[in-house]
Amino acid sequence: MTQKTLSGILLDEQTELTLNDLCRACSSSAEWIIELVEEGVLEPVGYQQTQWRFSGISLQKVRTAMRLQQDLGINLAGIALALDLLDEINTLQARLCRYEPNDKD
Amino acid sequence: MDFKDYYKIMGVERDASQDEIKRAYRKLARKYHPDVSKEADAETRFKEVGEAYEALKDPEKRAAYDQLGANWKAGQDFHPPPDWNAGFEFSGGGYTGGNTSDYSDFFESLFGQGFGAAQAGRRHAGFHSHGNDHHAKVLVDLEDAYRGATRSIILQAPEVDSQGHVSTKQRTLNVKIPKGVKQGQRIRLSGQGSPGMGKGQAGDLYLEIEFNPHNIYKVDGLDIYLDLPVTPWEAALGASIKVPTPDGQVDLKIAQGTTSGRKLRLKGRGIPGKPPGDLYVIPQITLPPADSDAARELYQKMKQELAYNPRSKLGV
Repeated sequence: MTQKTLSGILLDEQTELTLNDLCRACSSSAEWIIELVEEGVLEPVGYQQTQWRFSGISLQKVRTAMRLQQDLGINLAGIALALDLLDEINTLQARLCRYEPNDKD
Repeated sequence: MDFKDYYKIMGVERDASQDEIKRAYRKLARKYHPDVSKEADAETRFKEVGEAYEALKDPEKRAAYDQLGANWKAGQDFHPPPDWNAGFEFSGGGYTGGNTSDYSDFFESLFGQGFGAAQAGRRHAGFHSHGNDHHAKVLVDLEDAYRGATRSIILQAPEVDSQGHVSTKQRTLNVKIPKGVKQGQRIRLSGQGSPGMGKGQAGDLYLEIEFNPHNIYKVDGLDIYLDLPVTPWEAALGASIKVPTPDGQVDLKIAQGTTSGRKLRLKGRGIPGKPPGDLYVIPQITLPPADSDAARELYQKMKQELAYNPRSKLGV
């Protein structure tokens, strides 16, 4: 079976998502995203909600935040703290990994 | 189908109170939450715990489960006895939460249909809605991030038919991995999620990039790290040596008096991007073994002629 190759869009720091895009991609309500912005978890560019532009990285944050709330019952402030700490753990782990010997030699 | 011991999964006794079960669940959920846990099987464990809690937190489901008896062992071949739940009055709550498609066949056979709430039926004719987005991981090699690649990925998605039965459907997609991808980044493929309802558009597919562990390079964002073994004479005298990079060999000048662990930066040789990452080469001085007379003699000669004390700063 021949199949055509699909090209997607890479969601990186340069990608711009509107509030609507982000809600759809995360199946979340706009209110929930607005709350995350107010808590400082997400930092969109633009002053008014209709002009907000989120980076591709926000998508990951919203989804993690939703899971933390649904699965562990964490409130917004707790989610913000958990996300900051998870970021820090990831940075530290990447650094630690550089000092550990490779698995395969 | 395998029997599942929900009490064992939750780590509680069969006579545990609802409160004890809730506490055990909270603790295990935090421990195995895939966003938080670094354990390899976190996701599987988290789903298992979620399923066990789904069965035990609801007194009706728990009573029905208990009725199966305590003699079942986890993993034992299991078929629900005919009319096993007869005599129970269910309030028809059905699933209270969570993604039901994640639950095991065992759970389905006990609580899937007989337990009230039909899960199909959300799809009405004449109703237009955007299809669900799907999320999946795709494993790529570091080299793919340098050159771009095409990956064939197999996705399994649960499908609900008109009778409400859930089955798994497999499909293969060929996807272009663009040059310059980073660990954890997402690629969005429009229209590759679930079909929409009515005139609604299909959902999107999001692919999360994950690198296969590499045997010589370490990756940190766009930067690459390489431990480079060097001989004592290369480090002491300086040398020009060949160094592998994911983009092919390069010549690297090692300065005279280079020490182990010092970072040498090859600007722009990391993962391509705007700006590209860097490649860091970390020299590791290795000793040739003193396994021949000639080698031992050379070491002896160094000992006599170099008068080197690496511990002078320690005062000994």
